[in-house]
Amino acid sequence: MAPALAFAAAGAVTIVAVGLIVVALVFYLVSVITQLRKITTGLDETIASVGEIVQKSAPVNDVVTTINQQLDAGVDLLEGLLVKKAGMRDAVGLVDGMYAGAAAAGFRNFPESPTIKAPRIGEVYTRGTLTLARLGREAPIAAGNPAGPALRDVERGSLAARLLYPEIRQTMPKSLARSPVIGTDAPVQYEKRDDIGAPRKQLPGRAMSDQS
Amino acid sequence: MILWWIGDLVLLAVVLPVVVYLLRGVLDAAKMIVPSVQEIARAAAAGSKDLDAAALLLTTQDQVTKTVAGVANYGGSLDVILDDAR
Repeated sequence: MAPALAFAAAGAVTIVAVGLIVVALVFYLVSVITQLRKITTGLDETIASVGEIVQKSAPVNDVVTTINQQLDAGVDLLEGLLVKKAGMRDAVGLVDGMYAGAAAAGFRNFPESPTIKAPRIGEVYTRGTLTLARLGREAPIAAGNPAGPALRDVERGSLAARLLYPEIRQTMPKSLARSPVIGTDAPVQYEKRDDIGAPRKQLPGRAMSDQS
Repeated sequence: MILWWIGDLVLLAVVLPVVVYLLRGVLDAAKMIVPSVQEIARAAAAGSKDLDAAALLLTTQDQVTKTVAGVANYGGSLDVILDDAR
């Protein structure tokens, strides 16, 4: 091989190799750029949604704090009223009857309340009070037997209330007798009697006197 | 002259595969990021939609305030009606 031809061949191979490298660089870098643009688009959507989340959740903290403060005030009020009216011992027993085990936690504003032994609520209050308490929620609270069922069926509470009405309501007929329609547009028109509203021909008192 | 050929050989046999290998790794990594970013965008959009009800907290706040005020009124009445514990 002539030296000039060998040089030319080596140069051509070099150019081809460099060209291949450039082609690979272009192909892969363009592909990477395409993927990065997709990533940028996705991140733009994400940033927009996160911005909405931040905007929507901004007042939540203050609102929830206010709600908690209000509820705390309500709890303090009710606890104080319960303890004042029922006494600490009975109040603990009533709460423990409604929420089993709550006596261990005690009242928030009465540090001594957890140390009080909760009495059996059935021994403290009358049966009527227990019935009202049991109707108030679904748990078997304040029952004569704590394991007894609740009086109120939470899923069919309206059925229990329906028992208070007359039998015709309890059997749930498809339709009850409708009230009569009256007036000029009524489907049943009655014949007008002339004697109604007219002066009486004979007074009852006179008829009696005539007979006598 | 021989060194030139050796250089060409190294260029084709070593440099080019290494370049392709590295670039392909970068491309694969970029492709793996795309679905994750899209999933994050969907989750963020869903989270934003879930927070649409957060505005109702203002109504809840108002209702709680009214309820507690009503309870306070009833409590005051009960305090008057019922005797205190012994």
